[in-house]
Amino acid sequence: MSDIKVDAVLDITNEVCPMTFVKTKLKLETLETGQHLEVILNDGEPLRNVPRSLKEEGHRIVGTKKDGTKFHLIVEKGM
Amino acid sequence: MLDHNIEDEKYKVEVTVPVIGKSAGVLSFNDLKTGGYIKQRQKDKFTVRCMVPGGRLPIKKLKKIVEVAEKYGADYVHLSIRQSLEIPYVDYHNFDKVVAELSEVDQKVASCGPRVRVPTACSGCEYNPNGLSDTQGLTKVVNDKFFGAECNHKFKTSFSGCPIDCARTSEMDLAFQGAVFPEWEEEKCTGCRICASACQEDAIHDHPETGEPIFFPDKCLYCADCIRACPTEAWVSGKTGHIVRIGGKHGRHPFKGSVVAKFVSDEDVPVIIEKTVEWYNKHGVGKGRIRIGTLLREEGMMQSYMEHMKDVFKDKAVKDPKPPLEINIQE
Repeated sequence: MSDIKVDAVLDITNEVCPMTFVKTKLKLETLETGQHLEVILNDGEPLRNVPRSLKEEGHRIVGTKKDGTKFHLIVEKGM
Repeated sequence: MLDHNIEDEKYKVEVTVPVIGKSAGVLSFNDLKTGGYIKQRQKDKFTVRCMVPGGRLPIKKLKKIVEVAEKYGADYVHLSIRQSLEIPYVDYHNFDKVVAELSEVDQKVASCGPRVRVPTACSGCEYNPNGLSDTQGLTKVVNDKFFGAECNHKFKTSFSGCPIDCARTSEMDLAFQGAVFPEWEEEKCTGCRICASACQEDAIHDHPETGEPIFFPDKCLYCADCIRACPTEAWVSGKTGHIVRIGGKHGRHPFKGSVVAKFVSDEDVPVIIEKTVEWYNKHGVGKGRIRIGTLLREEGMMQSYMEHMKDVFKDKAVKDPKPPLEINIQE
């Protein structure tokens, strides 16, 4: 995960659904296709919803790291 | 004031519309209720129950119902517990006009009584992110084929698209819940541990060193959370289909339905309903208004049912299913 250059970081550990994905989506809108966003989220409900929503909207999760009860996702922005 | 006339055979009125199984003419309140015209406490007033399969009501029909209700009903409509839309306070003298106007948009009146009822359903996989099955499509198929089929007693069906089971398949006479069995492809897995965290049933543990999933299928509810959460498509859909539950009911003495088959296909669904109603009608003869759950709780009946269904369920049958379970809601 460390070899990917991250263009922006977003911490959504203080958000609840659906704001977890809304904030992620808004942040991704500020990036260009192919750029990378690191998303820090809690396990449980955000982890069930954010990755699937990212995939459904055409983004790719290219890196992951577990950090206690948090996860870091590296998201490559899709078209 | 208690009104005991609602299901009374003694009280009759002359109506100008045919109701299910009867031509227009002098019909009892009970016949009318059976046809979806339910006697109210108020003299000459009936509630007309509009069929809304799976709770999906096209706007064109909704507008017409509103128009009819404003003309012939009160200043509201009622959403029934089974997703029908009811127009209260219709005078029975107006039934013909109500039926004619509703039929302009092909809106039908739903039935009550001892027969297969309009299925209820969640929104299903079309746009609900949790949906695993096309509940709305199946509702239409089943309603077109079976609505009104006569049984010993009421026969309620429903379709839930996932194990959250919003359509309460365990409380129906026969119902279907969408399910996906997850399969793991080792070569795509990066050991990220997301699936183990996403699983709400403790059915996936992560290997302490590699992070790879350790799957406990007995705990799996077939919800597909792992498939959706996996970043690398290492979890994929294996067997997909419906969990079949039978013999549930609500009422004063509810039963929790029993799982009798797993991962049956969409094409199996109408066959299962047909064969089940066949078994129900055969074995309920002479027992009065008996629900299928009550019948299945009799000695040997669960085995009789499974034997009757073996060519339909095939390898999808659950081995030695338990009879429906009585639930006491009075204590």
